Amino acid sequence: MTQTTLEGTAGVALAIRGLAKRFGAQTVLAALDLDIRAGEFVAIVGRSGCGKSTLLRLVAGLDRASDGRIDADGAALADSGADTRLMFQDARLLPWKSVLANVGLGLSGDWQPRARAALAEVGLAEHAGKWPSQLSGGQRQRVALARALIHEPQLLLLDEPLGALDALTRIEMQQLIERLWLRHRCTVLLVTHDVEEAVALADRVLLIEDGRVGLDLPVPLPRPRARGAAGFGAIEEQVLARVLRQPELVTPLVDELPIAPGALRWAL
Amino acid sequence: MASTHILQAGLGQTSASGERGVFARAGAVLLRRLAPWAAPALLILAWQWAATHGLIGSRILPPPLEVLKAGVTLAENGELWTHLKISFWRALIGFALGGGLGLLLGLITGLSRRGELLLDTSVQMIRNIPPLALIPLVILWFGIDEAAKLFLVAFGTLFPVYINTYHGIRSVDAGLVEMARSYGLRGWPLFRDVILPGALPSILVGVRFAIGFAWILLIVAETISASSGIGYLAMNAREFLQTDVVVLAILLYAVLGKLSDWAARWVERIWLRWHPAYQ
Ligand SMILES: Nc1ncnc2c1ncn2[C@@H]1O[C@H](COP(=O)(O)OP(=O)(O)O)[C@@H](O)[C@H]1O
Ligand SMILES: [Mg+2]
Repeated sequence: MTQTTLEGTAGVALAIRGLAKRFGAQTVLAALDLDIRAGEFVAIVGRSGCGKSTLLRLVAGLDRASDGRIDADGAALADSGADTRLMFQDARLLPWKSVLANVGLGLSGDWQPRARAALAEVGLAEHAGKWPSQLSGGQRQRVALARALIHEPQLLLLDEPLGALDALTRIEMQQLIERLWLRHRCTVLLVTHDVEEAVALADRVLLIEDGRVGLDLPVPLPRPRARGAAGFGAIEEQVLARVLRQPELVTPLVDELPIAPGALRWAL
Repeated sequence: MASTHILQAGLGQTSASGERGVFARAGAVLLRRLAPWAAPALLILAWQWAATHGLIGSRILPPPLEVLKAGVTLAENGELWTHLKISFWRALIGFALGGGLGLLLGLITGLSRRGELLLDTSVQMIRNIPPLALIPLVILWFGIDEAAKLFLVAFGTLFPVYINTYHGIRSVDAGLVEMARSYGLRGWPLFRDVILPGALPSILVGVRFAIGFAWILLIVAETISASSGIGYLAMNAREFLQTDVVVLAILLYAVLGKLSDWAARWVERIWLRWHPAYQ
């Protein structure tokens, strides 16, 4: 094991080797290799249908891989006992349970104080008694986040959790996710279609194409990251250009694009 | 709501025009409350007028006051309550048996692939038999016994509950089930916290249908053969040409049907209070 561990992390290190997933004749993931350090925040981007959700579901143990293995800290992830939580794009709250009971789902014993604390952590303490249908989309996602974090997961998987939110709520949620990650120090895999979001949050941005990791780009910017900061835009453009399969496109030419890169961010 | 509205307006405005406005608004509210009852009230008045002026023979349709009097007499000598109670219990027990069995079968076919394979086709085949077509057979089996009525009611209430339970369970959001599994819910907790509440809106639709059927079947069963119950009250009165009691019995069925529907709605409002439709 050559993996380094971040200091004071509660996360697990992942080693994915030759991971493949086929649906009938369609190969979605083909021999994917990936190493993630403990406590690292990794963002995964790629065109729609490239297999991002498939990868996350395999890591979460919701689907079975056709081939290959996923190890956590040197043992098969499924047997490692590492607590893994997946947060879906739709919050998937139980509509017939109060917000508090949703957060405490699957807990036993005296779970209520813990659930209240987790709700307070995402800033929703005063909504504990409401039904999920009485919350906004962003609030529902925060409840889902609290529900995942209450288990103190070592690996947190986020599948486009902010995809359905408006721009302002997204930025708020990004800041919340970063804050919670800095506090909990778990390993995070974030799937997003927003390159700016990936660059704002992740230690590394991965691009999945043709069933493999097509780009693996570190983001060595200090946190918290300002979107206007030097280096931020350059990294964002680099990822975008790669996603659009135009690796020769360099920054000076960006102005000649028919559509602003900012607009293209949403088209992935 | 309406009264606080009037109060606030009355405190705020003391001028003559203001008061007129208050009265006009109160009048409008009253009118809107009463409007739905205008047509039935007129109809009853017309009925009373036509009956007392000999336009409708009292053998055909006695005046509403006569029906009311018949009701008061029967209530005073206790007969009304005896028959009401018997009909009510028949409906309730028949519904409990049929609905309970429907729920059980629906849970089995909804939850287990093997159960569906074994049972669903058979249940769907029996469902195509109209319950009323069974009456001759039911009389052969049970005579005109209590069991005959309970069987008919149970038979008619089983299928609406069965179908809606089965479909309710099948249409529970698979994403929620997957989520709950990933949070460690299995077996009974998964059923109690996810599958049953998810199927409940559909099950309650089935229950409301079943309650409607229960009364229809009970009316038929009691009218054909009974020695007690509202249907018996009506058939007995027919023999003695007491049209007022016959009309009373019909109205009693209407009231009972309406009351049980209210009860079902009330249960819906309690159990589905999480549902946006009930907030
Ligand atoms: N359960 C499934 N059965 C068949 N095909 C699937 C299934 N899940 C995903 N796919 C296919 O796999 C590909 C990748 O899907 P997905 O991982 O959801 O993409 P995305 O990167 O947009 O999240 C898509 O072409 C999709 O049609
Ligand atoms: Mg996806």
